[in-house]
Amino acid sequence: MSTVGRSEWPGGAGRLIRMIDVEHLTKRYGAHPAVDDVSFRCEPGTVTGFLGPNGAGKSTTMRMICGLTPPTSGNALVAGLPYRQLVNPGREVGVLLDASAQHAGRTGREVLTVAARTMGVDRREVATKLDLVGLNEAAAKRRVRAYSLGMRQRLGLALTLLGDPRVLILDEPANGLDPEGIVWMRGLLRDFADRGGTVLLSSHLLREVEAVADRLVVIAGGRLVAQDGKDELLAGAGTLVRARDEDALRVALDRAGLDATPVTGGLLVRAEAEAIGQAAADAGLALTELRPASGAGLEQLFLTLTSAASSRENVR
Amino acid sequence: MTTSAPAPPAVAHRVERHRPSLVRLTGVELRKLADTRAGYWLLITIGLVAAAIVTVQLFVLDDGGQNFTDFFVPSLLPVGLLLPVLGILSITAEWSQRTALTTFTLVPKRERVIVAKLAAMVLAALASVLVSLAVAAVGTLLARATGGAGAWSFEASLLLHAAVLQVANVLMGAAFGLLLLNTPLAIVTYLLLPTLWTIVGGLVPALRGPARWLDTGATMEPLFGPDVTAGQWGRLVVSLLVWMAVPLAAGLVRTLRREVS
Repeated sequence: MSTVGRSEWPGGAGRLIRMIDVEHLTKRYGAHPAVDDVSFRCEPGTVTGFLGPNGAGKSTTMRMICGLTPPTSGNALVAGLPYRQLVNPGREVGVLLDASAQHAGRTGREVLTVAARTMGVDRREVATKLDLVGLNEAAAKRRVRAYSLGMRQRLGLALTLLGDPRVLILDEPANGLDPEGIVWMRGLLRDFADRGGTVLLSSHLLREVEAVADRLVVIAGGRLVAQDGKDELLAGAGTLVRARDEDALRVALDRAGLDATPVTGGLLVRAEAEAIGQAAADAGLALTELRPASGAGLEQLFLTLTSAASSRENVR
Repeated sequence: MTTSAPAPPAVAHRVERHRPSLVRLTGVELRKLADTRAGYWLLITIGLVAAAIVTVQLFVLDDGGQNFTDFFVPSLLPVGLLLPVLGILSITAEWSQRTALTTFTLVPKRERVIVAKLAAMVLAALASVLVSLAVAAVGTLLARATGGAGAWSFEASLLLHAAVLQVANVLMGAAFGLLLLNTPLAIVTYLLLPTLWTIVGGLVPALRGPARWLDTGATMEPLFGPDVTAGQWGRLVVSLLVWMAVPLAAGLVRTLRREVS
């Protein structure tokens, strides 16, 4: 990884800042482990995609990071401190865990005004942030009851940005946004990270975070199944191969001892292109495609990583 | 200064040394009492009910009985019934509307939020006494204009008693809200439990003694007059310990421990 985004405490001993530091977080409900020994960290200047199927424990982990759910064991630090010890957390961390969790009878502007007063943020910021997320004057005056989910997400994002924090923690922020809104949000988050901010965003859809995340943390069934830079995960995603005679190709790969998984547009093989090409040549087969699997591979990887666990998925 | 910095950081490292003060948080909670449709209309209703009672008194009382105190005291009762609802809503709406998620991420020391809420309620209860004074004054002026006695006689101790009464009412509501964390449950329990006491205390002779100390309906009764004896204060304190302090303490513990989702 590059050194971009590594910074130091002002006057500190030169240690690397981990804006979010999760260590062995575990949460049990009765005998059921919702989150089981999860550790990861997020550094300044990066967007971390927190991936997993519904019920994998993403939200529980995020609530534990934000001090809303007491962990059974393990701990989490934000900006070097347990969340509950942050002096004025709204100015350090923008948190959006559920865009629907707003009082239906309050107007959009009032929601932000209440938060601005709590944090001691200049009230002019309310209008600035409403403008930034694309909620116009008319929308700001409306009560949240009348908001679509997409508008609630925008209001929630405005709320997270209100205190000009350096960390964003967002749970499924793309839910309810239209495609244009999703592209807009990606730009916003990318820009935030490029200016030195730290973003942790969760999703159950790989495609949603693939475009914006630098790092991926994948959990399933409460356990961490993978974490790495996106490019590193991509590199390990295998090779996509296609031939006119797919059955013959499969036999050839099998003979060469290479495992092949059928995916859309061919077979996914966990091997270097050279070994696959050789196997095909030995069998006298003409390949129509042979390339690093990238996107398709990541999707497949995600499915494999999470499918075993999702059968015992348990929604709390 | 380096010239090669790629872009200004998202946030300058601003080291925050001050928590949001309790005064600020109380201001926020006061605002939250009135900034929703439900809260706004509850406050309006409290004012209207006080005014309505005075209006009724103008028609019901003899001319000689239309004095400032005669308008002030009856207005306390309906206001005292609605104030606990305000207290309950202020606490339970955080959970039913799920705003606790935002409130407690901005102020993770939950006890500070609760203290601010209680302070805001006490201020609201004191303000309601001012409303009672104001409507009583208007009633007295109207009485004078329509041939009533309209005397301004008023015992200062009554003001203190009214303040204690309304603050106790709103805090009892808050205590039930904190303990039960559910709007309808808290309101129903709050309204039913003391009434049940009154009924049971009336039916079962053995409970008549304890009821005199525990039935808030009975122990608060003297507060509607200018003279409260030491014994009556004692009974009031005991009943408030049971119906206010205990649920407040238990509710605080519950709120601090509860998982927010």
